[in-house]
Amino acid sequence: MTEATDTKGIRTRDLCLWYTKFQALINVTATIRPGLVTGLIGPSGCGKTTLLRCFNRINERIPGVRTEGTIEILGHDIYAPGTDLIELRRGVGMVFQRPNPLPLSVAENVLFGIKVHRCERLGRQEEHDVIEKALREVSLWADLKDRLHASATSLSLEQQQKLCIARLLPLKPRLLLMDEPCSALDPAATQRIEELIRELRGTYTILIVTHNMAQARRISDECMFMLLGELVEHRRTEDLFLNPADERTARYIEGRYG
Amino acid sequence: MTTKRRPQRSRLSRWGEFAIEMLIRACGISAVVFVFGIFFFVIREGWPFLVGDLNLGEFFGSTQWYPDSMSNKRYGALALIAGTVSVTGLAMLIAVPLGLGAAVYVSEFSHGRQKEALKVVIELLAAIPSVVWGFIGLVVLNPLIIDLFDVPVGLNVLNGALLLALMGVPIIVSIGEDALKAVPDSYREAAEAMGATRWQVTWRVLVPAARNGLLAAVLLGVGRAVGETMAVLMATGHAVNLPTSVFDSVRTMTATVAAELGEAARGSDHYCVLFVLGALLFAISFVVNLTADLAIRGVRRR
Repeated sequence: MTEATDTKGIRTRDLCLWYTKFQALINVTATIRPGLVTGLIGPSGCGKTTLLRCFNRINERIPGVRTEGTIEILGHDIYAPGTDLIELRRGVGMVFQRPNPLPLSVAENVLFGIKVHRCERLGRQEEHDVIEKALREVSLWADLKDRLHASATSLSLEQQQKLCIARLLPLKPRLLLMDEPCSALDPAATQRIEELIRELRGTYTILIVTHNMAQARRISDECMFMLLGELVEHRRTEDLFLNPADERTARYIEGRYG
Repeated sequence: MTTKRRPQRSRLSRWGEFAIEMLIRACGISAVVFVFGIFFFVIREGWPFLVGDLNLGEFFGSTQWYPDSMSNKRYGALALIAGTVSVTGLAMLIAVPLGLGAAVYVSEFSHGRQKEALKVVIELLAAIPSVVWGFIGLVVLNPLIIDLFDVPVGLNVLNGALLLALMGVPIIVSIGEDALKAVPDSYREAAEAMGATRWQVTWRVLVPAARNGLLAAVLLGVGRAVGETMAVLMATGHAVNLPTSVFDSVRTMTATVAAELGEAARGSDHYCVLFVLGALLFAISFVVNLTADLAIRGVRRR
């Protein structure tokens, strides 16, 4: 891989994180390649969600969180003093475990990012175009085009989760963070969200935390296995599942624990 | 082997249970009984005049309030209604932005010990008796208003409104804060993850989400202000007058009832008309509270 493409991904170096006294991440050093879907797997409490939440610094909402080490996203150290959190979060979108559309209309949810970041003022037609484009990308347009002013909380969970992805897209993020995006959904909805992730692959760099190893195999290009706050193994998904290098990875994917 | 009988509760404990249930039921029902009882009593006392000599056109349309004139008694309550409306209205103009702002600050912008301290102090504000507020109006605000605005009298609409605002703020803050606190944290997290600043989160997400609760907070503040007696009796100058500016002295409905009921002969027209005023106040605060209650129900349904 050349240096130029390298700077477009994510690079963490010796990343450590403490919740008050408890150390949740221990010296995580990783390079996440751009344009790919990278899966984060590991047993509960291994720090995968914590790691994910470092990349947009949303961890800092919790009092008592302390982070050391560096994370470079698109060539910028996001933990450097003077980092603009607002700009960072504009480029790094996040999808949560439980669909959490804002208690506004479908249209307002999609336009929220643009309004918050005070991008150019849009006319009615332009707003409509933005909404249509975003909803088409997540294949919600056909379902919702007549319900743009319905409350987003009245949608089905699957639609809500797709909307949560759609509302990130107008800001043209480079990186999408997904924290178990299917865990609240039924199998059919999960399948459709996975299809969507496959479609978004390439356009966006996607990091996805999942509990479901079969899901990690289905949708990720590379996989990171974490255990007790450490990054144990990070390889191509096929290799990691067929031919794990570390004994602990092998035991985890065999289902001996976790 | 003998079959063991299931242990039975003693007769006493069953009766005790029954008695306690009845007692609690009586407590619950009594609230309803009291409300209807009060309404019935107020209406009954005002009834002879209400169906008798009361001229509704005069009552609502005239400012001539001379209930104890020897030759020509007149019962025009317009000035009293205007007094209540003007003082309450101005009070709400001050209290609503102040109270909602404080609620937002306490709920969203302050943390830890500062938050706890603020909440305690605001609750304390609610515990100050209204006669003390009236005293502050007389002794502190009165000279202050005279000095600051160069007006002859400091006991006026502005004085009363300031007191009512300060009395209404704690209610608005504590109910408003509850409403904001009830908004799920996932909304805040979602908006922050999209790069919204704390103010944007508050204004674009939390306020719309807590809309009904905030409305209820405001309405309960209004209810408090409409019914307040002692502070406005002491601070508004006690002049039956249609106010044309905030520096005019007025008299509210509540103050009128409090001041005149003791002097009115029982059963006289004057006595009855004060109860009619009371019934009108009752109706206003009933409507305000009912609206607030419906607004809170709206919150739960969402």
